[in-house]
Amino acid sequence: MKLAYYPGCSLEATAKEFGSSVRAVSKALDIELVEIPEWTCCGATSAHATNHKLSVGLPALTIKQIQNMGLDCVVPCSACFNRLKTTEYQMLHDAEIRQEMEKVLSFKFDGQPRVYDLLAYFVEKIGLKNISPKVQKPLKNLKIACYYGCLSVRPGHITEIDSTENPMQLDNLIKALGATPITWSYKVDCCGAGHSVAKSAMVTNLTGNILAKAREAGADAVVNSCPLCQTNLEMRRPQGEDIPVFFFTELMGLALGLPEAGDWWSKHLVDPSKVANAVQAG
Amino acid sequence: MYIITEGGPKALDLNFTKEVSQRSGEDIQSCYQCQKCASGCPIAEYGEMDTNQVLRMIQFGLKDELLKSKAIWVCVGCETCGARCPNGIRIAAVMDALREMAIEEGVAPGDKDIYLFHQCFLDSVQSLGRVHEATMLMKYKLKSGHLFDDVGVGLKMFLKGKLALFPHSVPTKTEVRRIFDWAKNKKSGN
Repeated sequence: MKLAYYPGCSLEATAKEFGSSVRAVSKALDIELVEIPEWTCCGATSAHATNHKLSVGLPALTIKQIQNMGLDCVVPCSACFNRLKTTEYQMLHDAEIRQEMEKVLSFKFDGQPRVYDLLAYFVEKIGLKNISPKVQKPLKNLKIACYYGCLSVRPGHITEIDSTENPMQLDNLIKALGATPITWSYKVDCCGAGHSVAKSAMVTNLTGNILAKAREAGADAVVNSCPLCQTNLEMRRPQGEDIPVFFFTELMGLALGLPEAGDWWSKHLVDPSKVANAVQAG
Repeated sequence: MYIITEGGPKALDLNFTKEVSQRSGEDIQSCYQCQKCASGCPIAEYGEMDTNQVLRMIQFGLKDELLKSKAIWVCVGCETCGARCPNGIRIAAVMDALREMAIEEGVAPGDKDIYLFHQCFLDSVQSLGRVHEATMLMKYKLKSGHLFDDVGVGLKMFLKGKLALFPHSVPTKTEVRRIFDWAKNKKSGN
């Protein structure tokens, strides 16, 4: 299966281990990821927080590039996914926006939705029944807090997630990998996101709450799908907090027994190798 | 019609109410102050007013008070309020509209670091087509004066190969610049 792939800026920098694990896991699932040639930034929070036109214009360029490829496109980063999907939604439902973007970018939108959150694509399109048989090293005895955050969840009419208050797609994937997803109440709470640099103390309070609640609920580790959440949960955590945080593709790689998995842990700011090695030791 | 504020009586600016509704595409008049938005707001303690108060102030047309407020800048855009609003008001879109109006009208941002960060981020996108985290953060630090925050963690990231020294620039940046020119030249609306 061939899919267009939009990595986004973070996967080439602060979330390198997400980028490597996405590629390794996709290959193991027989998915060929075709990176959008010369893809450009989605504008992220900074565009929509300050300039509405920019927040539509920047993702629309990517929508045009995806259409030229004629493939469904998977987006691992929750923030990029949210911006691209929001713009796709606006171009599908608002003729004025669509026409304006067609004029600015000199193309004709064919009205075909093609943007998918990578996690949702794995769970819903590839399907857990096709992923479970590939599990070589079930993540037995591992209790995981599935953290969804904001941007792959809300607004629900755009993300089309199963529930905005208690989504289960990541929990179901983690269960299919042999681990136990714990029940907790912070799975869709905000980590402070884009305020990481300008308001770091505020972000530390938020991540501190999330990680403490995961630990109190008995989790050995947290898993998430957003590079910004990952950075905040590792870099902005209160001192002394030691619960590790994984990208979902890293746990998939571990369970699928991919040899590359060992290379990912050293990229983390909080060392997850103790938990990972316990799984590998069986 | 007048409203009594801490600064004395003020005329209701209903044009402001209308403009925020039009720009955000949200029916702000339907808010009946149930406060569900504020109850779930993760950053409620960091602004000077609650989310439901922002909506009430828009209904009353308190333009100056809102455009210079810190509340519109500390809103992180998590969309929790909108997901829980019984009247389906997407308050994050309302906050976007308020910030955009504050910028267009040249109102000093209620939190200058947050606005500066957004500017540095977008400057990076405009010149390279993608964000180059190392140069973007350096620019923010020089301009904000927070030079020595995060030096340790920055070094750790660099040593882990997560902060590339040299920016990667894409040829499609000419199209990106066209989008910036279009977005900055005309006043926007939904």
